[in-house]
Amino acid sequence: MVNLEIDRVSVRFALKGATVEAVNDVSLRIRPGECVALVGESGCGKTVLASALLGFLPGNAETSGSARLGDVDLLAATDHELATTIRGRKIGLIPQSPASHLTPVRTARSQLEEAAKVLGGDAGEAAERAGLLPEHLDRYPHELSGGMAQRVANALALVGNPPLLIADEPTTGLDRDLVDGLLDEFRRLVDDGHAVLLITHDLAAAHKVADRIAVMYAGRIVEVGPAHQVLDNAKHPYARGLANALPERDFLPVPGQPPLLTHLPAGCAFAPRCEQATAICEDRPVLTDDPHAVACHLPC
Amino acid sequence: MLTAKDVTAGYSAPVITGVSLTVQPGRTVGLAGPSGSGKSTLARVLALLHKPFAGTVEIDRETVTGFRFKASQRTKIGVLFQQPRLSVDPRFTLRQAIAEPLGGQDRVDELAELVMLTDDLLGRRPHEVSDGQLQRACLARALALNPRYLICDEMTTMLDASTTAALVGVIRSYQRDSGAGVLAISHDSTLLTRWADETVRLSAPLPR
Repeated sequence: MVNLEIDRVSVRFALKGATVEAVNDVSLRIRPGECVALVGESGCGKTVLASALLGFLPGNAETSGSARLGDVDLLAATDHELATTIRGRKIGLIPQSPASHLTPVRTARSQLEEAAKVLGGDAGEAAERAGLLPEHLDRYPHELSGGMAQRVANALALVGNPPLLIADEPTTGLDRDLVDGLLDEFRRLVDDGHAVLLITHDLAAAHKVADRIAVMYAGRIVEVGPAHQVLDNAKHPYARGLANALPERDFLPVPGQPPLLTHLPAGCAFAPRCEQATAICEDRPVLTDDPHAVACHLPC
Repeated sequence: MLTAKDVTAGYSAPVITGVSLTVQPGRTVGLAGPSGSGKSTLARVLALLHKPFAGTVEIDRETVTGFRFKASQRTKIGVLFQQPRLSVDPRFTLRQAIAEPLGGQDRVDELAELVMLTDDLLGRRPHEVSDGQLQRACLARALALNPRYLICDEMTTMLDASTTAALVGVIRSYQRDSGAGVLAISHDSTLLTRWADETVRLSAPLPR
């Protein structure tokens, strides 16, 4: 079992006449037996970071920094290396909207057995662990409900027994009972020594399952710390605003809109929306080095 | 008043049987229930997008006679779906998407301001904006013809807490000004408790 060490990773996309700064200087460590949730609004760079770890970025992307899993730098590895030694074997991916990621013309069984054969796993055992009955496996993707498609995706991600699992918005579109079942499953995996990176905008899900929460804003991690502290005692004004926007709390939005990733402010990216911002916020704040870290000149 | 009376609807087999529901003007009714209980089917019937096998829909005491392309009362009802990306023509800019029901550009800026979309974002196509920004455009489009009723089918599923709160805020202020009724479908009971005046629950589907 090894750590995932993400160190100063940036991802930029070159467009005609503009550069999209999708991920900026992100550092994060995930240990075996730990679940880290990466939260933030849609478009803040969460999925791009996950794609970078798996080598799924499009051709116009430029990356810098490193992401080490054991002795492999995921950002420097060739596609062949990722395909034959990393994907499915060391990192399992549970993609967003699993039903649309399954091959529509093949049954769940045929896809799972193929993955098991290639990755050297046991299809029957993976299916059983994911809560799938044999009759579910004989269905085609369009015959599966959202919850069943989610279980097939889980089985596919876990059949090669990878030590690290990346789940990208796995709870979207599932009802509360299914979400709770899925989060329990993640917790079991973590307690078994797996590392889980949970990418989500669902703060309630993050709160329930994660050991630590990292809050991302405009491509940067602005706060990271123990889950309950980040949600109940946030230090960054954005993280505080996001937590307070929950329907069981104030249910009021963070005023304003996130900046365009093509035109990021030179200083703190949140300053234009921040009530507490002063002249000092024109300098970019650095993420502190605490167990509960924040990148803000004037933390709450 | 938007009313479903004894509606039985589905695709080959019925998904909902004998369901009745009323949305009063100015009120917000929540609709909850597990996956497969027929929430979206009922929403599609009330939005006149799907013809029921039996039962009637009434809009302000007028019985609906035509569904889908035959629905003459369609413009009285605005609809928002779970996945904005499947709800907007990918070739349109956000400005064109909002203008489409209007048949002109006149009110686009006013609507865009309501949902807090900047001029720069209005010039972009769906693949160039986030889910949250696209759902803002879908809300502006849904409000373009001043609907008497708004049906929100899992509208916030793809959205973060702040965008959810912002869009619910826009809908509430539209309701205050127009007296429109809202049907809010969600599996997030915490959200419905906070958003809706009352919540109706559909029961789990019968095993087939």
